[in-house]
Amino acid sequence: IMIEKTEPEHVDAPAEFSFPPTFSVSEIKNKQRRHLMFMKLKQEKRKQKVAMKKKKKKERDALGDKAPPKEVPKTIENQRVYDETTVNPEDEEVAFDEGTDEFSAYFNRLTNPKVLITTSDRPRGRTVRFCNQLATVIPDAHVYYRRGLALKKVIPQCIARGFTYLMVINEDRKVPNGMVLCHLPDGPTAHFKVSSVRLRKEMKRRGKDPTEHSPEVILNNFTTRLGHSMGRLFAALFPHDPQFVGRQVATFHNQRDFIFFRFHRYIFKNEQRVGIQELGPRFTLKLRSLQKGTFDSKFGEYEWVLKRHENDVCRRRFNL
Amino acid sequence: MADKSQVCSVWVGSETGILKGVSLSKKQAFNFCEMSCLSRDQEVCVLGWGDEHETEVLVGSVNGTVKTFSTEKGIFTETRQCGESTQGRFTGIAVTDSALITCVETGLLRVWKEGSTDTVEINAGTNVCRMRQNPSQRNQVATGGKENGLKVWDLERPETPIFTSKNVRNDWLDLRVPEWVRDMSFIPDSDKIVTCTGHHQVRVYDPASPQRRPVLEAHFGEYPLTALSLPANQDSVVVGNTHGELAILDLRKGLVRGCLKGLAGGVRGLQCHPSLPLVATCGLDRFLRVHSLEDRSLQHKVHTNTLSFSYTLSTPEAITGDVEEVKEEGGEVDEVWDTMEMINDQAKKRATDEEEAVVTGVEKTTKKRKVVK
Repeated sequence: IMIEKTEPEHVDAPAEFSFPPTFSVSEIKNKQRRHLMFMKLKQEKRKQKVAMKKKKKKERDALGDKAPPKEVPKTIENQRVYDETTVNPEDEEVAFDEGTDEFSAYFNRLTNPKVLITTSDRPRGRTVRFCNQLATVIPDAHVYYRRGLALKKVIPQCIARGFTYLMVINEDRKVPNGMVLCHLPDGPTAHFKVSSVRLRKEMKRRGKDPTEHSPEVILNNFTTRLGHSMGRLFAALFPHDPQFVGRQVATFHNQRDFIFFRFHRYIFKNEQRVGIQELGPRFTLKLRSLQKGTFDSKFGEYEWVLKRHENDVCRRRFNL
Repeated sequence: MADKSQVCSVWVGSETGILKGVSLSKKQAFNFCEMSCLSRDQEVCVLGWGDEHETEVLVGSVNGTVKTFSTEKGIFTETRQCGESTQGRFTGIAVTDSALITCVETGLLRVWKEGSTDTVEINAGTNVCRMRQNPSQRNQVATGGKENGLKVWDLERPETPIFTSKNVRNDWLDLRVPEWVRDMSFIPDSDKIVTCTGHHQVRVYDPASPQRRPVLEAHFGEYPLTALSLPANQDSVVVGNTHGELAILDLRKGLVRGCLKGLAGGVRGLQCHPSLPLVATCGLDRFLRVHSLEDRSLQHKVHTNTLSFSYTLSTPEAITGDVEEVKEEGGEVDEVWDTMEMINDQAKKRATDEEEAVVTGVEKTTKKRKVVK
């Protein structure tokens, strides 16, 4: 017998035992009894769910070929709100913009990247090892000890010595947690939050150390205008050479505004199958701000700033 | 082209030299550029109205050219060379009866008279960040910059400024307070000028009072304030900083009345509507946003593809037309049906909107009829 309930949170299906009309599991004051009631409620629900599933499967089998296609489950990536800044591949304005922006020198093969990696002052062992491993991953990277120098003074010296990138790994409590990536002649400065850093010895089933060859770069899912700028920022770290030597690949995968960095060695077993071995450090990045011009946090102009409370409003809207 | 430019209510200049007209009713930005000759040195530095009736837009670029764009015809009508790129970027442009006033970063303020090639030149100091014209007394301009205080010049007496401001007293450590005037505005119906600085201060100067120091000083945020605008009602000012924070400050006491949310990049241009409580902002995050000042909510947001490096300007009539359309449900259709009931002054703009509505709304009328009525 279906008993009508008006409570919001309630068992709504045919129950073995009847309830008085206004009843809710949370109204039982005795914790043990409440717990038992709740468990019974959950078991009921589970039984119904299994029964529904069985029924659906039966119907599906009965229909055979004429069955409607399986519904795709909704994920946050599926439900992503359409971003109006998504770049259309044929957009001329964007193409012109990218043809003349700060990275155009790199993309027109005029300069080769040269990266300076440093940390915040007095780094601890983990950060130092991370920097050294990053230097093996990025070709033509040099690690320097910070010595408490101000970044604004370091930048003109770097430009004078021909560096194209400055990467500063910030450390907090013996663990790297931030990164400032500054494109040197007068390029944008990106500030990231670094999390989930795994060094080489912590990685399972890893291959041997990376060699001196330049890796291939894969940039996944950078669709919006901001994403495009980030993609170019990462691509300009590595030499622009389509003739790949050495089967190494660095991947920057963007998902839900987090950028995952992985470094693999691949081998093609045949046309369809590839074997990969992860080497090298892995870490995740989240963009906190993108500033026009070289590092100047006080007086610089920001092209994009992460404002957490404004981003938290909609779970399905992403910026990169 | 002409019809597109007539619909546009807000004009934005971009980094690549394209003048964009934004139509808020259609939520779209239209590009107007000259013969597709895009380059970075055509980057728009300043925008200004060419005449009182707001039918011409003056576009100043980095390479020193000032182009005139006619909103009625939809094309660039004139180009003049006002200085070279070596003299610095334009920081202000204004028009008095038949003369064009330009100011560059190196401090050279010039008045270009129509027809004659000689110019009246004023040296406004070095590092000028902004030059603005007094809307009520068209021959007065104000300039200010980095370590260059606010100066008000009268173009008829170009030797000395009629008002030079003095820096604030030394701070509590007896150190000189650095000055960096980023933007200024003349408060209508009085002599006062309000400025915003790169050291996150908002100051009000009164030339009529005996003190040359600021009459009022207010602070907002921790980042340089880049743009300023005065809304229609008195006693408040809207400022924006490099982090994309927009705030409405009260000028009577100097307190923050409220912040406008939504901007993610530095604010480059800010303009309040002359009569309605609306403010349009453009910035480095490639969006044009229109906020309402009363409830601080976002009314319109339009994506402009390139970095908006300069100023937005709006036409008053078109904005009223658009705002009313947006408030009504299915605005275009209503106008077609309600033309008999609409008795008000915006008859002229209604006529043009009506034509459009007829053309575009024909397919929609049949469907919308059920929805609207």
